[in-house]
Amino acid sequence: MSKSIDLTLKVWRQAGPKDKGHFETLRAQNISTEMSFLEMLDVVNDQLTLDGKEPIAFDSDCREGICGMCGAVINGRPHGPLKATTLCQLHMRHFNSGDVIAIEPFRAMAFKVIKDLVIDRSAFDQIIQAGGFVSVNTGGAPDANAVPIAQDQVESAMDAAQCISCGACVAACPNASAMLFVSANVSHLALLPQGQPEAARRAIAMVREMDRQGFGNCSNETECEAECPKSISISNIARLNRQFYRASLASSVK
Amino acid sequence: MNWLANTLTSSIGKKLMMALTGLAFLGFLAGHLAGNMTVYIGPDAFNAYAEGLKNLGVVIIAFEAVLVLFAVVHIVTGLTLFYQNYKARPARYAVNKSGGGRTIGSATMPYTGILVLLFVLIHLFNFTFVDKSGTTLFNLVTAKFDNTPYVIFYIAAMLVVGVHVSHGLWSAFQTIGANHPKYMPIIRVLSIVFAIVVGIGFGVLPIYFSISA
Repeated sequence: MSKSIDLTLKVWRQAGPKDKGHFETLRAQNISTEMSFLEMLDVVNDQLTLDGKEPIAFDSDCREGICGMCGAVINGRPHGPLKATTLCQLHMRHFNSGDVIAIEPFRAMAFKVIKDLVIDRSAFDQIIQAGGFVSVNTGGAPDANAVPIAQDQVESAMDAAQCISCGACVAACPNASAMLFVSANVSHLALLPQGQPEAARRAIAMVREMDRQGFGNCSNETECEAECPKSISISNIARLNRQFYRASLASSVK
Repeated sequence: MNWLANTLTSSIGKKLMMALTGLAFLGFLAGHLAGNMTVYIGPDAFNAYAEGLKNLGVVIIAFEAVLVLFAVVHIVTGLTLFYQNYKARPARYAVNKSGGGRTIGSATMPYTGILVLLFVLIHLFNFTFVDKSGTTLFNLVTAKFDNTPYVIFYIAAMLVVGVHVSHGLWSAFQTIGANHPKYMPIIRVLSIVFAIVVGIGFGVLPIYFSISA
């Protein structure tokens, strides 16, 4: 059965990248518990618009938890308090009437705030670009099972490939490190035969780009794994480390 | 050799240096603790152990040189990481809440590290860089610990070392890439066990010495 709750929001408002920014206290009244967190913000924004005020800027796209566009830090937790859940899939039934909710953007030097809760995650795109390509032969479609891959290997690769590049790992990391993101993107190719030809070059290039973008250094706090909406494991970080050592110390890639 | 510099100065390279030097210190801690245990056999065994170490001559000097080199690498890299990681988030969060990943050890690594450094310096000035002529190491140590505030200070320092090691051990394995579904849970438990052994093992010694005094 649906019920309604009233909330107090403390939302980060920042007019632009250069603005200092501040918290604004807003009331969210008569919120159905069946709404998602973003739908709650939509309701608040409707009211702000009717009042002639600037609505809260936030990112979202699919609202199904698979695109990686949404995300904010809710009471200190990226994507809110639920495990393995994106902000768009966090429903208001997990809150109680009278709750005070602090909403902040993902914070890192490499993620500049564009406006309010909207951040610039192009640093991730730069890292992916640095990763380069995989070689796939043209011509007729290859025979099924021409390259044998064990099913558990496929599963591990897919677990890593689930990364939606939302940036929650960076937001959750006390050091604002992007290691979980980079490790997931290196791992899913490193685990498959198709990723082998460029493996060394990819590992080195992506780590260098990650450092160049100004992300912090991993210190194995494991907060990323706890907050990742796709539950990507830090065993991928160990794999990235192995890939990087092998590439740096044993391959001819400079 | 540019590639080597690029590797070691990368974020993962710095982690690797922390892990390898850290693991070496864990080995040193285990050896140091085992050596100190000779005191439970008796003052003579303890003094003989100290003499035996000194008589190793050039071997012990080489060993100490490596320890100093590792310490410099561990400290300089650690402080660099601390500074860079602080800088990586210029605007802090108003609300900070853990998702359950952090431990007391992991969250305090730079601070416990600095405290351990201070302790090691004090420790060296107490028992290494002192005139030991006309006395035995056992007498020297017992005299130092015939002082309750000193005993408390040492026990507190050993707790700090334990907290540092509780994150350090498993973290070093993760960093060198040794994360295996079968062994990682064991390594994480081992990390805590080692921290407790170090904390209690070294922590009880000052009490023992103060009682012997």
